[in-house]
Amino acid sequence: MEKELDKREEELIKYMDEKKKLEYPESYLIAILHKAQELYGYLSKEIMLKIAYYMKIPTSHIWGVATFYHYFKLKPIGKYVISICLGTACYVKGAQLILDKLKEELKINIGETTEDMLFTLQEARCLGACGLAPVIMINEKIYGDLTPEKISEIIKEIRKKEKKLQSNVAKN
Amino acid sequence: MNNKEFVIILCNGSSCLKNKSNDIKNELIKQLEKNNLLSKVEIHLSGCLGMCAKGPIMIINPGYVIYGNLKVENIETIVQRHLIKRELISEFIIKEDHLFNRFFRIFGDVNFFGRQMRITLRNCGIINPESIDDYLSVRGYEALAKVLNEMTPAQVIEEVKKSGLRGRGGGGFPTGKKWELTAKVEAKEKYVICNADEGDPGAFMDRSAIEGDPHTILEGMIIGGYAIGSQKGIIYIRAEYPLAIKRLEKAINDARAEGFLGNNILGSNFSFDIEIRLGAGAFVCGEETALIHSIEGYRGMPRPRPPYPAQSGLFEKPTLINNVETWANIPVIILEGADWFSSIGTEKSKGTKVFALAGNVVNTGLIEVPMGITLRQIIYEIGGGIPNNKKFKAVQTGGPSGGCLPEQYLDTPVDYESLIKAGSIMGSGGMIVMDENTCMVNIAKFFLEFTQNESCGKCTPCREGTKRMLEILERITEGKGEVGDIEKLERLGNMIKKASLCGLGQSAPNPVLSTIKNFREEYEEHIKDRKCRAGVCQRLLRYIITDKCIGCGLCKKVCPVKAITGEPKSIHKIDETKCIKCGLCYSKCKFSAIKKD
Amino acid sequence: MKDEKIKIYINDKPYIVKSGQTIMQAADSIGFHIPRLCYHPKLSVEGACRVCIVQVQGMNNYVASCAFPIQDGMKIYTNTPELRQARRDIVELLLDNHPEDCHTCERNSNCELQRLAMSMGIKKRHFVGEKKHYNRDLSSPSIVRDPDKCILCGRCVRICSEIQNVHTLTQAYRGFKTVVIPAFDEDLAESVCSTCGQCINVCPTAAFIEKSYTQELFEKLNDNSIVKVVQFAPSVRAAIGEAFGFEPGTQKENELVAALRKLGFDYVFDTQFGADLTIMEEASEFLERLQNKQKLPMITSCSSAWMKYLEQFHSDLIENISTCKSPMSMMGALIKTYFADKIKRDKKEILSVAVMCCTAKKYEAARPELMIDDVRGVDIVVTTREIAWMIKSAGIDFVNIKGKGFDNPLGLSSGGGAIFGVTGGVMEAAIRTAYELYTGETLIEIELEELRGFNNIREGKIMMEGKEIRVAVAHGLGNASKLLEIVRKEPDRYHFIEIMGCPGGCIGGGGQPYAGSSSIPLDENVLKKRAEALYGLDRNKTIRRCHENPNIQKLYKEFLGRPLSSLSHKLLHTHYSAKKPEGILPAEFKVR
Repeated sequence: MEKELDKREEELIKYMDEKKKLEYPESYLIAILHKAQELYGYLSKEIMLKIAYYMKIPTSHIWGVATFYHYFKLKPIGKYVISICLGTACYVKGAQLILDKLKEELKINIGETTEDMLFTLQEARCLGACGLAPVIMINEKIYGDLTPEKISEIIKEIRKKEKKLQSNVAKN
Repeated sequence: MNNKEFVIILCNGSSCLKNKSNDIKNELIKQLEKNNLLSKVEIHLSGCLGMCAKGPIMIINPGYVIYGNLKVENIETIVQRHLIKRELISEFIIKEDHLFNRFFRIFGDVNFFGRQMRITLRNCGIINPESIDDYLSVRGYEALAKVLNEMTPAQVIEEVKKSGLRGRGGGGFPTGKKWELTAKVEAKEKYVICNADEGDPGAFMDRSAIEGDPHTILEGMIIGGYAIGSQKGIIYIRAEYPLAIKRLEKAINDARAEGFLGNNILGSNFSFDIEIRLGAGAFVCGEETALIHSIEGYRGMPRPRPPYPAQSGLFEKPTLINNVETWANIPVIILEGADWFSSIGTEKSKGTKVFALAGNVVNTGLIEVPMGITLRQIIYEIGGGIPNNKKFKAVQTGGPSGGCLPEQYLDTPVDYESLIKAGSIMGSGGMIVMDENTCMVNIAKFFLEFTQNESCGKCTPCREGTKRMLEILERITEGKGEVGDIEKLERLGNMIKKASLCGLGQSAPNPVLSTIKNFREEYEEHIKDRKCRAGVCQRLLRYIITDKCIGCGLCKKVCPVKAITGEPKSIHKIDETKCIKCGLCYSKCKFSAIKKD
Repeated sequence: MKDEKIKIYINDKPYIVKSGQTIMQAADSIGFHIPRLCYHPKLSVEGACRVCIVQVQGMNNYVASCAFPIQDGMKIYTNTPELRQARRDIVELLLDNHPEDCHTCERNSNCELQRLAMSMGIKKRHFVGEKKHYNRDLSSPSIVRDPDKCILCGRCVRICSEIQNVHTLTQAYRGFKTVVIPAFDEDLAESVCSTCGQCINVCPTAAFIEKSYTQELFEKLNDNSIVKVVQFAPSVRAAIGEAFGFEPGTQKENELVAALRKLGFDYVFDTQFGADLTIMEEASEFLERLQNKQKLPMITSCSSAWMKYLEQFHSDLIENISTCKSPMSMMGALIKTYFADKIKRDKKEILSVAVMCCTAKKYEAARPELMIDDVRGVDIVVTTREIAWMIKSAGIDFVNIKGKGFDNPLGLSSGGGAIFGVTGGVMEAAIRTAYELYTGETLIEIELEELRGFNNIREGKIMMEGKEIRVAVAHGLGNASKLLEIVRKEPDRYHFIEIMGCPGGCIGGGGQPYAGSSSIPLDENVLKKRAEALYGLDRNKTIRRCHENPNIQKLYKEFLGRPLSSLSHKLLHTHYSAKKPEGILPAEFKVR
């Protein structure tokens, strides 16, 4: 595990070194935050501090940027990130009901993660699958033509799969 | 394609035969044999293509390249250059064959496509977007070559000006004028930016264009760079579009490898390169000064203009920003000429516009139509009308910055001025059709919720004002509206429009103001009669148990506030004073005995 | 180009104005004061509040006059009914998201938002709704941050970054949820905040105020078992009059002494005495460094915000810092020892209070490095604003009060001590003394014009027995960083450097009276007048060189021995060390 940590940090530093060589290095802050989030899953204070000192960008500035853009996660996220599309097409076709159902099933609000770190719920503006509206995306996979009932099933399915996985791990 | 690399169709009509198309066929086979290509090429003989004046005609696939007026001695050239070197031979191409027509040829017999006119999306769905060869096969980068070989920067700008092309990002500023302004500023460094931060909810024009034909955007940008004297292009794209980003990256690498990007492009003195910068989820970054700040690594907050980006933009250098669709028009304008381009569309709006057609319409999807087509044609002929025999209620253009137009505006031609006159805007291309089941107050609330959520928070009218407008709308949809609320919305809305710092705030009230203008009675019903005629606003619904009720008691059991009473096997009743309109009884009743009113 | 004259129309009347200005500047020049909020002439143009909107013929939308350039023939309307309503509604929107507690607010009657609401004629509220709510940040010993009162004009963020180069604050999150806050939503105490208080100076409301110790002080003033001693800084007397309606620049030294006695203090001493003493120690330290070829340039250490900034942002230069305590802390040390002995009381029975123009002194007084055995040299620090309020609150008629003199032995001061309050003053006073200590001759030309004024960084030279001593002065932490950059590149360029954390020096401190309705925060004209008040005090003194202060001489004779003696070191000197969190100085930075 620790080894992996080192590797991620190494990669982040390598990335920052590349940017430092370019014109206007501090303009790559958003790119660097993207990279860090890609590596670590979210932007922790420790990582942002590291970036701040390495790139010589004030921490307050990094904080302002990280909180401005909704793409950046400031807390650890769940294994399954559920993005509910609240674009117009989905909205018109009942995305609100889907969202209500998701909140009910997961007992979390948008932007939150379940206690077991399994699910994170977030909203998306438009996933570009308007023909399938209403849609959600779980990690990279799109689920369309949804109804509240289908949501229950999808969540149940994932929970079942995870439980199995866990018991397998326990057995081994 | 049957494992063959090329399929060549030779017109075998009598007219072409007369023009020795047989000799051509024989020569072709001879040349193919000579070059050991026979196994890679399939030859078809077709019936008369009807273009007899240009015969003999040869069509080469992939790419649907049509060569005409061929002579036997041309065949060696075609085999050498097209099949082996994979170049297009422009002198053989039938000139009247406009670039966009290729799409039409393939898909034109489907009504959805047939009514469209694809210029910027001309290659989408036709070529492999990850293959630069495919792009080259449809005359890709030919416009660039033409510009570098035959035109001065001033001529390029003149051509774009003459075409009448206007910014497709929403504002409709004349593109050539923008180029001219940026070109005029003297500076060592200048930037060319492609705004691909498409963010309207329900709009995906730019994403599809990039995913389907990334090289067109690059070619447009390179030409733009040449015209204004810039060496550096940046594509600012939403991080939420991973496939588009991947394709752009590949396209840039391929273009570099082929010498379309980098130093001394195509052997000229002109050097230009393109870099991708990612957004991070902020709608306001579509605004050009906010976009610039975002590229510079700051919070994406707009600043007052002037100075305009043309004078002082990215890193305080003169900067030319156009959106994806605008850039995609450029190669066509150069190749087909401004005169041709400006023959399409209306007097002040030239060319085509891409829309993401969505909502309550049969054919949802991406369309490209000539300017001047009416909303009715789009909705009924391309869109296939309203599904489920519902009645049309309104069409919303321009996304969260636009307005909702009711039935009487359906014959409005789609162009910048007409849409503004009707009370909406062209916008970047969202088009949402709404049927009678849509509540206009609710839809206004939806759009405002979006802009309010995306407000950067810098200027007071947008930050505080949209919040208050949203609160009023929420109140109205929850049955707590007050007399005077509509006037407050208008007062705030008009102030926010005129006093906000950037386009986001200046247009945020549009959905509300346009629905008040066109559907005022719905607002009044919500406020005075506590009624939502579309049955959308939950809190305004009344649930009534009809005599279909058999007294099973299920509704009584599920009601969370014990608002339902009744003896078993007798008709139940809902106490309206207790009912919280959750709709649970309605959804649970197995006998459809509960009615929404 | 800039001096070209053009014609513009304001409300249909023609005016000839200089070209190259914004609408607001042009309007100001001909006597139209367009209402404004986020604009500050020293800061970058934000264009955010939209209070300064005007109508320009030919434009669909209103434009922010602070940002929009004038053009020849431009027709501008500043007061149409439609515009008035829009402006009014904008200010109402700010009020609607602002606590309704004017009557209990620290800025009551001195609040720009309140003034604007008044001038807009907002009598009725149309758009009341949800208000934001955050916890008050009480963590800092100097500054209280109250986001509920923030109207997001961004002046604090800009002054903290653009002028002070500290970058404590940012606007975080966005839209209605935007909040001005340190990095990671942490408290000010955990941040790089220098406690300079400039955010307070520029804040139009009470979103930033000083941590108040007035209640505690009122209680202690009623405790008869202790001896209540107070000192006040040079700049306090130069500015306190403003809080009572006097013109800026009216010095109120004796009046303040009298008022403090009336408040209940037993002894009123002068921080300027401490300043004189500081010069004795600092000039001696400088000469010692010069003669022993120790670390140079030596940099002054009187400004507490500067010291905190140094420890977090420039810790590599700690060795260059004079070990002298600030005048306030030297006074505190003497009050608890020398003076305690004189009145034969235990130091624990003495309440040592300092009235300062500064918020950072609240932080300084609590520094563990400054403890005298187990007690603090200064127990309570209140600002000019706080003491003015206390005087009013206690019903003391400051306007008509009869002036009184300081108590002794710590009340007599030289002119050199007085000018400590203005940027360049410490250097000037130090040269007056160092010259004589080094050469044995009295410096005649003691008003060093090249060190005066408000230019960002000023340099000077003085010949001492054929040796050229090169000095430099910077005010404001941003200028300090620039000067230190020069020092890093050219370590031998200067021998002696004065740095003050606040623009203008202490006269522009974070604890000074708020700008009145006719001036702006940190108005250079006001600063000039305050400075002139101190230069006037200097000129009117017969003793103008610190070392000539007889009470100082007596202090050395009776108590300390000589400058840099071991007792001096124990009581009057301190040490500095790198502190966390380490600050970051960006290569290039704009606030956006």
